[in-house]
Amino acid sequence: MEFFIQLLVNGLSIGFLYGLAAMGFVMIFKSSSVLNFAHGELMALGAFVFLVLIGWAGLPVYLAFPLTLVFCFILGFVVERLFLRPLIGEPLIYVIMLTVGLASMFKGAMLLIWGGNLYTFPDFLPEGLAIRWGSVNIPPVYAVSIVIGLIFLMLFGLFFKYSSQGIYMRSVADNQPAALSLGVHVRKVFALSWAIAALVAGMSGIVLGIINGINVHDLSSIGLKVFPVVILGGLDSIGGAVIGGIIIGLLETFTGGYLSTSLRDVIPYIVLVFILMVKPYGLFGLVEIERV
Amino acid sequence: MRKLHFHPCGNFNDRYEQELTIFETDFGRTAVLAGLVILFAVIPYASSAYFLYILNTIAIMSIAAIGLNILIGFTGQLSLGHGAFFGVGAYAAAILSTDAGFPFLFAVPCAGVITALVGVLFGLPSGRLKGLYLTIATLAGQFIIEYLLVHWEGLTRGTMGIVLPEASIFGVALGGDRCFFYIAYGALILMTFIAVNLMRTRYGRAFVAIRDNDRAAEGMGIPIFPYKLLSFAISSFYAGFAGALWAYYMVSITTEPFNLGLSVEYIAMVIIGGLGSITGSIFGAIFITGLNEGLRWLTDILMSTNILSAIGLSMAPLRELAFGTAIVLFILLEPRGLAEVWRIIRSNFRLWPFSY
Repeated sequence: MEFFIQLLVNGLSIGFLYGLAAMGFVMIFKSSSVLNFAHGELMALGAFVFLVLIGWAGLPVYLAFPLTLVFCFILGFVVERLFLRPLIGEPLIYVIMLTVGLASMFKGAMLLIWGGNLYTFPDFLPEGLAIRWGSVNIPPVYAVSIVIGLIFLMLFGLFFKYSSQGIYMRSVADNQPAALSLGVHVRKVFALSWAIAALVAGMSGIVLGIINGINVHDLSSIGLKVFPVVILGGLDSIGGAVIGGIIIGLLETFTGGYLSTSLRDVIPYIVLVFILMVKPYGLFGLVEIERV
Repeated sequence: MRKLHFHPCGNFNDRYEQELTIFETDFGRTAVLAGLVILFAVIPYASSAYFLYILNTIAIMSIAAIGLNILIGFTGQLSLGHGAFFGVGAYAAAILSTDAGFPFLFAVPCAGVITALVGVLFGLPSGRLKGLYLTIATLAGQFIIEYLLVHWEGLTRGTMGIVLPEASIFGVALGGDRCFFYIAYGALILMTFIAVNLMRTRYGRAFVAIRDNDRAAEGMGIPIFPYKLLSFAISSFYAGFAGALWAYYMVSITTEPFNLGLSVEYIAMVIIGGLGSITGSIFGAIFITGLNEGLRWLTDILMSTNILSAIGLSMAPLRELAFGTAIVLFILLEPRGLAEVWRIIRSNFRLWPFSY
């Protein structure tokens, strides 16, 4: 029973992180219906920038964290401006292949600079945040990540529901020409959504880096694990991303704990194929009636 | 004798057959035939073993790239599992030739068919949906197949790998690079011939219609789901066929090469070569194989002169960076790839000195 509860807690916290990582992905999909294959690399980049600021530049955490987020925000803008803006109006498949190319470009560059080694952040979270509950032990990182995740979830929920920019984003995702003709500044919307997505990606990269250590390969493979999460939750649902993340996280830890550790990394993808068969728009995704 | 005719200065086609023709002029047909004669009669004897190895790799990669181009360039569906399907073909050939004792000539097409069936298995759930769900399903396929190759030890012998018997046709052994050159290029020409002609049939036109506008295609009576699935099956067949040839060429295979990186490499080939162009896929394969060898040569030189060994520069990240940059630059600057560059060069010659 103790083992079960520990697995449950681990699964919940890992799943929450997946959800956090998936949020940035859903952001981009919601506003431009682009599947971003470079998401994991954006996460890794955020983590590495944080590492450089905190480790080599020696900045305190309260300064380094916002600086990293600002960097990611600007990076998102730059990526959109340099690579994605020229493709507005081109078929979607070009944009998606471009993100595949960007992914391996970023990954190669990061491997050249930092190598495939595992880095760890210096310990900076106070022990007092840890939650102890009987035999169950939740380290402070998880507690912090859950708080951060909840804050962002709420912010995004409100942003998409009430703010004019959020509504613009939804309109662009729904029908780009119609949004254009109603006076929505599509380019600005794209730029903003990439910037926000890069910011969220960088933040989840930092949190993941605190927990697992920073490694280019690990983080980019988590970037791909976002796909089962968002398919399960529904490609365009931010709440669904979090719930899908938690389900996938639980599934992974329980498979790892009870079945076999090698199956652990594949089980999300098996689930993915299964979901595509039975409920292709996910748990909370918008069901498009049109089928082919 | 028929009069040889050259390119006219404009488009004067008045029948569909003229539009569909592969060679617009007799000159092109003669040039291709002459090229084939040189390819088979001169090149195997004029080049070193290393160069032959590169050429053979190009032939095998081209077959797989043509398959992927049928899916991406003609049907407008993206597959991220082409590397894994290539691996399925390689393993199918290895298992068929060792455990089942299939001869070479029979094992390679069988491996292609098995791969096509595996492809359909992953295509079935996603083909029904609009949009790029096939991309996501093939991503899952990539990881699931990789896992199965390593962990289904009863079938694939896991990380041990499989050693294949030497390829032979009717008792004639086909060891060595030169013999295999004929096999690889024979297969490439056959597969190119099939692909080029397939694209001129109703099936090829249906694929293009689905790519350009799926609603209009459906309105014109094309059942989209079967055609999407068919395109995916053909694409997987090409991957499996190429994988089987590769397994025979490499003699022993392990599970490592068939990762996501290989899939991205194939996507790079198709984009660089030119979407929707069969010859473009071959250009892409040449470009990527050349890039691979060039990078290997470069890292070797840098290593031996000790400039970079202190930093511990290795081949893999450089390759990844180069492929990524090539994909991005081609999409941004020349989205129709090398095939379009080739067409522009040719038409410049044709229209010179009045290039407009």
